[in-house]
Amino acid sequence: MITFDEVTVQYDDTAEPTLRDVQLHIDEGELCLVVGHTGVGKSTLLGAVNGLVPHFTGGTLFGRVLVDGRDTAGHPPRELADVVGVVGQDPVDGFVTDTVEEELAYAMEQLAVPPATMRKRVEETLDLLGLADLRHRALHELSGGQQQRVAIGSVLTAHPRVLVLDEPTSALDPTAAEEVLAAVTRLVHDLGVTVLLAEHRLERVVQYADRVLHLPGDGRVVSGSPADIFRTSSIAPPIVELGRAAGWTPLALSVRDARRAAAPLRKRLAHTTPPPVRNTPWADGPELLNARSVTVTYQGTPAVREVDLTLRGGEITALMGRNGSGKSSLLWALQGSGPRRAGSVKVSALHLDKPRDPKDLKAAEARRLVGLVPQTPTDLLYLETVKQELAQADLESVDAGPGARTLLDRLAPGIPDDSHPRDLSEGQKLALVLAIQLSAAPMVLLLDEPTRGLDYRAKAELVRIVDDLAAEGRAVVISTHDVEFVARAADRVVVMAQGDVVADGPTAEVIVASPVFAPQTAKILAPLEFLTVDQVTAALAGEDAAP
Amino acid sequence: MSRTLPDARVQAPAPSGTGGRRLPRTLHPVAWWIWALALATAVSRTNNPLLLFLVLAVLGYVVTARRTEAPWARGFTYYLYLALTVVTIRVVFRAVFATGITPRDHFLFSLPRIPTPDWYAGIKLGGPVSLEALLSAATDGLRLACMLCCIGAANTLANPKRALRILPGALYELGAAVTVSLSVAPQLVQSVQRVHRARRLRAGRTKGLRALRGIVVPVLEDALERSLRLASAMDSRGYGRAGTASRRSRRLTGALMLLGMCGLCAGAYGLLDATAPKLLGLPAMGAGALLCFAGLRLGGRRVTRTTYRPDPWRFPEWAVAGCGVLSALLLFSKAGFNAAELNPSIYPLSWPTLPLVPTLAVLLAGAAGFLSPPPHPRETP
Repeated sequence: MITFDEVTVQYDDTAEPTLRDVQLHIDEGELCLVVGHTGVGKSTLLGAVNGLVPHFTGGTLFGRVLVDGRDTAGHPPRELADVVGVVGQDPVDGFVTDTVEEELAYAMEQLAVPPATMRKRVEETLDLLGLADLRHRALHELSGGQQQRVAIGSVLTAHPRVLVLDEPTSALDPTAAEEVLAAVTRLVHDLGVTVLLAEHRLERVVQYADRVLHLPGDGRVVSGSPADIFRTSSIAPPIVELGRAAGWTPLALSVRDARRAAAPLRKRLAHTTPPPVRNTPWADGPELLNARSVTVTYQGTPAVREVDLTLRGGEITALMGRNGSGKSSLLWALQGSGPRRAGSVKVSALHLDKPRDPKDLKAAEARRLVGLVPQTPTDLLYLETVKQELAQADLESVDAGPGARTLLDRLAPGIPDDSHPRDLSEGQKLALVLAIQLSAAPMVLLLDEPTRGLDYRAKAELVRIVDDLAAEGRAVVISTHDVEFVARAADRVVVMAQGDVVADGPTAEVIVASPVFAPQTAKILAPLEFLTVDQVTAALAGEDAAP
Repeated sequence: MSRTLPDARVQAPAPSGTGGRRLPRTLHPVAWWIWALALATAVSRTNNPLLLFLVLAVLGYVVTARRTEAPWARGFTYYLYLALTVVTIRVVFRAVFATGITPRDHFLFSLPRIPTPDWYAGIKLGGPVSLEALLSAATDGLRLACMLCCIGAANTLANPKRALRILPGALYELGAAVTVSLSVAPQLVQSVQRVHRARRLRAGRTKGLRALRGIVVPVLEDALERSLRLASAMDSRGYGRAGTASRRSRRLTGALMLLGMCGLCAGAYGLLDATAPKLLGLPAMGAGALLCFAGLRLGGRRVTRTTYRPDPWRFPEWAVAGCGVLSALLLFSKAGFNAAELNPSIYPLSWPTLPLVPTLAVLLAGAAGFLSPPPHPRETP
C-alpha cells in the first residue's frame, strides 16, 4: 500500500538529513505505530505519505514514495486526497466548515462525489463513529474527543485506503482518547484501512499496533513487530518496562496478556510493601495557600463551584479531570489573574507579615506569591533570543531570588543564549517559561497541562524538576490528563468534574480507585498497591538483596 | 462552477404548499446578498433623512427576525457603530474644513481660523459653521452609513462560508484565502484575550505601546501557524484539485475575470453617479457581466466539485431577492412621486416630507423579514 524507496529528506536549514535512506513497505490493513523522541522526524515521515513533505513544507525528498501505486513526486497532497486521509494533533486547526455534517462532506465535495453518494456516505460515517446525534451541532461546541472523531470522519468519507494520524490523542483526556482509539481500531478491523499512527503516550496504543516503526534519531527507520522493537527501543510504555524488569518473553503488550504473565510476579511481591514513589522530606509542610469556596463563572455558567483547597509546602498535587471540568479556571483563579466570582484565597510568604490574597496585589507582587505556567507557555514569550527573555525576566522580578539564567541551567542545562525561544523543543520551552516564572521566587507554583506534547524523556525530566521544586519547600500543582505521569510525580490527586472537586487524597488511593484513572502497573499488579515500574524494580532489587 | 445535479430528488423532499415554506431552513445566501445590494442601490438614490431612517429600521427588523445564533450573525451591532462613526467623521470634517457661509445661512458657531500657506490655498481650516452645512454633511453621512448597514445585514443574514461555496471554481485560490481568514479571525480574537491575560503572569504591562509587542508577537505567530495548518489540512483534503485545464486556459480565465470585474465596477459607478457619461452605465455593466460569465465558464471546467445539500432556490428566495430589487426599481423609476422629494433641499431649510411611493418601496423591502423562512432554532447541547 505504502512504499518508501530509498527515501532521504533534507530540509534547507538543517545540516543533517531528517530521514536517511528509508526503505519501507507497509501492507494493506496494517496499524503501524510510529515511535520516537520529539524532533526525530516522525512528522516528516507521516507528511511524506501524502506529499505534504516536500510539496507543502519545503525541503528536498530524494528517492520515491509510492502510495497505492501513485508517486508523491507527481501528485501533490490534493491529488492524493482520495487515497490518504490526514488527521492532525489539534482537530480545530483542520476544520473548514461550521457544522459536523458539512465538515464530513467537505472532502467529498472537493473530490466531486455525486450528491446522492455523498448523502449516503455521510450517514454511514455518522453511524460508524457514533456522531449521529451531533450532526447539526456547531464544531466549536463539541468536546475534544467528539471533535477528533469528526476530524477522523471528515477524512474517512472520501474512502481513503490510508489513514495518517499525527498524535491524535495528545490533547484529550483518557476517556476521550479511548473513544478515538476505539474508533480507529474499528476502522482497521472492519474496513481494512491502513493506519499510520504517531503517538507519545504509547501506553494508550501499543496493544493495537501490528507493526512499529521506530525512529532512533539518526534518520533511520527501524521496522518490526511490537514485541521485537520494544525489547530494545529507548522509548517504552510502562507495560513494556515492567515486562523487561520481570524478564517476560515474549513481551506482553496488552494489560490482559500482562496480567496473565504477571501471576508469578504478583505472588513474589505479595508480601512486599511497595516502597514510596517519592521521598518526601517534608512530611507535613507549612500551609502556603488556603482557598475557600472559590467560584468562577463565565457569563453565568459556573466553571468552578465553591472549591476549597489547601496547599502545603513540599507537596506535589495533581489536578485531574475531563476537558472542560474547570481545572484551568481554578488555577487562574488561585493565581489571581483569572476571574473569580466569589470565595477567598490566602497565600503566605516569608516576606509578608500575614497571608494575602494575590488578587488584591499588583501583578508584580502576585507573581512573587504564586507562579503560573499557562497551557500555552509560548504566550509569555515575545523576544528574539533566550538571553533577552531571561534578562527581561530578571528585570521583572527585582531582588527576588537567583537569576533566571541560573534557574534555567538547573532546569534544563545547555540551552544556548542566542537560540530563538520558538525554535526550542516543547520541553525546553516549558523549562524556559518555568525559569522565567521561578525568577520571582514564588513558593506556590501552578502548571497548567505541562505534559501535553512531551515525550517520555521530557516527562522524566519534568518529574525530576517538580521533585526538586518540592524539595525546596514549594507547593506545586500540576493539571494533567497523564495518569502515568501522576503516578510517578504526585503526592496527592484532586479530581474535578463539572467544577466540583469529586476526589481529593493521596495518589495511591485516588488513582487506583477507578480503572480509567489507574496506571498500567497498578492494573497489572492489582490488588497489590504498586503504581510505577520503579517501585517494582526497587522491590525486586530489595528482595534479591535480602535473602 | 459546481456540477449541479440534474434533478433534486436526493435533496430533502420538496416542501409542499405554504406549510413547507414556513419550515425552518436557511435562505440561499445569494438571495440575501441580492436583497441587500438592491437596497443599498436604492439608498444611494435618496438623501431624505426620514427615508434613510426608515431603511435602518427595516434592516433592523429583518436582521432581528431572521438571523441565526452563529458567531458571524452577531456582528450587526458593530456595523451600526461603524455607521455612527461614519456620520460623526463626516460632520466633524465638514465643520473643520469650512466651506464658507452665506448671509442666508443659519449661523451656528465659529471655529478659530487656522491660516494655511499659499500653496495650500483652496482649503480653509476653521471659520464660521452653518446649520445647513452640518445638516447636509449629516444626511450625506447617513446615506453612506445606510449602505454600510445594508452590507452588514447581508453579512449577518447569510453564512459567509456558505456564500463562498457559490464562488465559482475559477476563483478557488481567492476562496482558500478567504476561508482561512474567516476561520482564523475568530481564533485571533481568542488568542489576543489569552495572551493579554497571560501578560499579567509576567507582570508585564497590559496597556500602552510597550505592551503591544508582548501581545502582538505571540498572537501573530500563533495565527500564522494556525493558518498554515489549516491551509495544509485543506490541501490534504483535496481542496483545489485540478481538473483538465492547461496553463494557457488558466491565464485566459484570469484575464477574462479581471477585465470583467473592471467592467462591472465601471458600470456600477456609471449607473449610480448621475453625472457620469451615459456610455459608462449599462453598456459597461453588460460587457463586464459577459466577460465575467465567460471567465467563470472557462475556469469552472478546471476545478470539479460537487455540493452537499446545495441550498435550493425556491419561492422564498425569489420573494426576498424580488422585493429588494423591486424597491430599488421603484426608487429609480421616479413613478408616482416627485424626484425632488428624494433629495429634499436644504436651501431653504425645511422639514423633509415622506413621499408615499418611496416609503412603500422601502417597506416592501422589509417584507423579506416574513417572506423568508425562519432560521433553524438553536439546538441545545
